[in-house]
Amino acid sequence: MKKFLAAAAVSALCSTGALAEVKVGMITTLSGGGAGLGIDVRDGFMLAIAQSGRDDIEVVIEDDQRKPDIAVQLSDKMIQSERVDVMTGIIWSNLAMAVVPAAVNQNVIYLSPNAGPSPLAGKGCHQNYFNVAWQNDNLHEAAGAYANGTGYKNSFILAPNYPAGVDALTGYKRFFEGDLAGEIYTELGQTDYAAEIAQIRASDADSVFFFLPGGMGISFLKQYADSGIDLPVVGPAFSFDQGILQAVGDAALGVVNTSQWNKDIDNPTNAAFVESFQAEYGRLPSLYASQGFDTANLFLSALDKADPSDADAFREALRAAEFESTRGDFSFGPNHHPVQTIYAREVIKEGDVFTNKILGVALENHSDAYAAECKM
Amino acid sequence: MSSILIIEQILNGLQFGVMLFLMAAGLTLIFGVMGLINLAHGSLYMVGAFAAAAVAGVTGSFLLALVAALAAAALAGAIVEMVVIRRLYNAPHLDQVLATFALILIFSEGTRWVFGSFPLFLDIPDALSGPVTLPGGIEYPLYRLTLIGIGLAVAVGLWALIERTRLGIQIRAGENDREMIAALGVDISKLYTLVFALGAALAGLAGALVGAIQSVQVGMGEPVLILAFVVIVIGGIGSVRGAFIGALLVGLTDTLGGVFLPELFKLFMDNGAAQKSGSALASMGIYVLMGLVLIWRPTGLFGARA
Repeated sequence: MKKFLAAAAVSALCSTGALAEVKVGMITTLSGGGAGLGIDVRDGFMLAIAQSGRDDIEVVIEDDQRKPDIAVQLSDKMIQSERVDVMTGIIWSNLAMAVVPAAVNQNVIYLSPNAGPSPLAGKGCHQNYFNVAWQNDNLHEAAGAYANGTGYKNSFILAPNYPAGVDALTGYKRFFEGDLAGEIYTELGQTDYAAEIAQIRASDADSVFFFLPGGMGISFLKQYADSGIDLPVVGPAFSFDQGILQAVGDAALGVVNTSQWNKDIDNPTNAAFVESFQAEYGRLPSLYASQGFDTANLFLSALDKADPSDADAFREALRAAEFESTRGDFSFGPNHHPVQTIYAREVIKEGDVFTNKILGVALENHSDAYAAECKM
Repeated sequence: MSSILIIEQILNGLQFGVMLFLMAAGLTLIFGVMGLINLAHGSLYMVGAFAAAAVAGVTGSFLLALVAALAAAALAGAIVEMVVIRRLYNAPHLDQVLATFALILIFSEGTRWVFGSFPLFLDIPDALSGPVTLPGGIEYPLYRLTLIGIGLAVAVGLWALIERTRLGIQIRAGENDREMIAALGVDISKLYTLVFALGAALAGLAGALVGAIQSVQVGMGEPVLILAFVVIVIGGIGSVRGAFIGALLVGLTDTLGGVFLPELFKLFMDNGAAQKSGSALASMGIYVLMGLVLIWRPTGLFGARA
């Protein structure tokens, strides 16, 4: 198992011998197919910690290999033997469902930089659980709203068969007013979409909505482009993030996708983030990196006001969310999920690099559908 | 459901099947001839894909990329055989599994170290991109048709190699009795290296061909490896003919099951539930198939050993 310490904390330990006062446990995906996402979250998070200049924070980072059983083991270790105050990092909703409920019940604060499964936003919400990214349905709801605005009447929709996939199709259907030409659940990790593409071809759809994060999206888009079907595609940002666009290539050009963040959102925090991320890591940040960065800054803002050992005060400080987000305005709803604006963006080519450009707002100050079910 | 859709899905199943065959052929040869369980076969698939993506990125030629994939995978296979595998022929299967599992980790992290964690770009060559119209008005991607063609050509080539050449005779003899063929003066260790490199090259070829329509990334070989094992268990371990039939069966079952089971479930439940339970059951399809075959024939369809 790899174990990194925050660079800041390491240098502090060496030079002054001071002990880290606050311990953060990060469980994220750093190997295997989904590694790009976890690495971006980690890099964004660590960038913010380094920029804060604080030397009293220790971040313990472990790789869950996208396996729920390993994530659970790591979480037990972090809570029981490392005794972390705050946990973060999980990318995948099935892992979050395996780890988060147990962790927050053991008085650990969990800050989600990515996964936002619907049970944790509704009935299963918890005072120790904060989601800094989105509730899973959000970007898909925005895609549905965008599809209405564009005049699509008959969509073919597909997503992998796991909690976030179900949330995705539910979210799209909640806002999309047209009919469904077809609805398919694919296997998680599936790489060949020939069968699904044949069904799209045989249907009378006028648009395709898909949620296939990471490598699944690369495969689908390449195969879709090669199939000769020219129906417009819309999807959430997860198949169009900075990490995978280069691997998709021309097949993604012009595709509209929805995101709560983009590198051209105009505010000083975001500009500084994009620039410093590029300088530090030599690549453009993705939305995952922005989520990691925001998560760390939320945590730092709370840390300035209260100590994690004073749980009530620390929670209160988190709930206030008084930090400069890369997304501009940021606030939490009653279930500790963001209320935020979601944009429609388009894939473009800047020089040799594929990236996204904001087209407009898809949903303004959007909350989520589960907040009312949350009794905290 | 129209007949055009059904034919298209059968083609998809065939295409998936022949690519599985490229993987399974090497796996079954290596097991048949050397008695070795090679879990690192998926890594050789990945090596092929990465070599192809790297060479295509520099030269822009898909053909050169394929050559590079074959060469890189064969070379990696030969080196692995000489450095690691050779010490394991007389070891129990558990040691082989442990050592080749270690190779998976070494290959994966080594590739990440060289190429990074983000997927690489490898695209279909222009000449083969886009769909063609088949008789009956079926539109089908030309590249996938090419894959079916290449897969079948490799199958015929392998059959000719094993049934019609001197090397093939040695391979078949090696499967039956390795002491005897060594006693007859065949350089058994050279034969083993050759077979291993051949199996590796086929895996690398599959990786490069499939990489062009999927994503070239670390860990891409392991899901395919599991399916390849299912294929050789169904086909009978050690039998190339069994691997071919098994691969087509698995490819067709997986593809057609994924399409038609949800349709079937729609007859007696609502749409969303039918999709979810149908696709869940379809992902079990190939394992159910494997179970049935093993009940009927415990050594697989063409398995020789009891």
